[in-house]
Amino acid sequence: MNEYFSDLFSGAKSLLVGLSVTIREMFKPVVTVQYPREKLEITPNFRGHTELVKDPETGTHKCISCMMCQKECPSDCIRVKGEKREGVKGLALVSYSLDFTKCSLCGTCVEVCPTAALEYSQEYELAGYSSDEFRFDLLKRLEER
Amino acid sequence: MDISILPPELIRIVISAVIIIAFVFLNAMVLGYAERKLAGYIMRRPGPMEVGPQGILQLMIDGVKLIGKQLIVPKESGHALFRIAPLLAFIPVGLAFVVIPFSDKLQARDLDVGLVFMLAIMSVNVVAVLVAGWSSNNKYSLFGAIRSVAQNVAYEIPMLLSLLSVVLMANTLSLKGIVLAQHPVWYVVCQPLAFIIYFVAGLAETNRAPFDLPEAESELTAGFHTEYSGMSFSLFILAEYTNMFFVCSIAVVLFLGGWSGIPLPFYAYSGGIWFLLKVYALLFVMIWVRWTYPRVRFDQLLNFCWKYLIPFSLVNLMLTAILVKLWPVVF
Repeated sequence: MNEYFSDLFSGAKSLLVGLSVTIREMFKPVVTVQYPREKLEITPNFRGHTELVKDPETGTHKCISCMMCQKECPSDCIRVKGEKREGVKGLALVSYSLDFTKCSLCGTCVEVCPTAALEYSQEYELAGYSSDEFRFDLLKRLEER
Repeated sequence: MDISILPPELIRIVISAVIIIAFVFLNAMVLGYAERKLAGYIMRRPGPMEVGPQGILQLMIDGVKLIGKQLIVPKESGHALFRIAPLLAFIPVGLAFVVIPFSDKLQARDLDVGLVFMLAIMSVNVVAVLVAGWSSNNKYSLFGAIRSVAQNVAYEIPMLLSLLSVVLMANTLSLKGIVLAQHPVWYVVCQPLAFIIYFVAGLAETNRAPFDLPEAESELTAGFHTEYSGMSFSLFILAEYTNMFFVCSIAVVLFLGGWSGIPLPFYAYSGGIWFLLKVYALLFVMIWVRWTYPRVRFDQLLNFCWKYLIPFSLVNLMLTAILVKLWPVVF
């Protein structure tokens, strides 16, 4: 009989506690972000696809076409093309193509780069109608920036 | 056409029928919106936002969608019964409005047995659920219907017992009479236990969470209305929301003093504002409860009814009866 009433009181109490929790949550601010209209700031550590770094001094990239990234890439998605030019030390970059459909975002290319010419982009809204849209030419993207 | 040739009583009936149906749909829209919005806020998300400002037109769009959908009748179902069930759920909805005293003058008919009439009409919903579940010829539907019947039969007892103790005090079954009888104090003050028992039983009667076993999504897909689509589905939903309204309006009439409140101009009519405010406050509690508690297990449901609600309501009824008898003797 004692248990009967203690069950009743503890049960009723826990029900009231539950109600008080939900009513307090109800008056707290909403946490939803209305995504296409509102966007959260992304962390600087975000790993998007790679992008060539723009050197503020020269206004262009820092790539020396050493092919380290191409050799190291485990997914084999980087093609670097450089050529010998008059007056330029080493090889001048002609094209830097990144096949983002194959990239696994491991970041090895960024780490091996001797001149720190690569960085991660903050781009996360990547959607397209064909895989060709994700075969980037990073040199062209840099010039457009 | 000159409408004066029609008998005035007929015009009165037609107008009140139109008002009632409009109110049923409006009530379902308001409640559906409130439910989704409050569920959102309790989970700290905004609820419907896209259609109209703050998603206020969402339920209208849902209604249009449901009207536009095809009514699918399963091949193996009992065709006639399958089509009758939603109507059976919806017809009593209009009838129960006849006796609700919205204010002193806003009541269609003040029946002497108004309370019994209302409860009887509301119980027809169980039959509709059983017919729907049975004729769907689907095990989920049938289980939902069986659960609903077991639950409703069990919870009808404490509900009626708790209402009976109020009737003993008011000495009348007419809803208007009960409202007038609680002139100095509302019955919720003298009968708090009966009010709580009635409200819990009312939650179970309307198949609301945490007693929503008949339509437990995770176990029975949608319970008795699994096979229903389009307008026949929405008739069930309309009936469910209107039944919620009825349960709360009975609670307001019997325990919370009906339309009584701070007097407003044209009080004989504007008392309806207080009545509706109280009803929607109780409906808010119902929604709040739904989004707080998890669903009970079936044995817990019946245990709670037979071990707690019925004994307590019986004791409450006995004490009320003794007090009502002794009151004139002692004082």
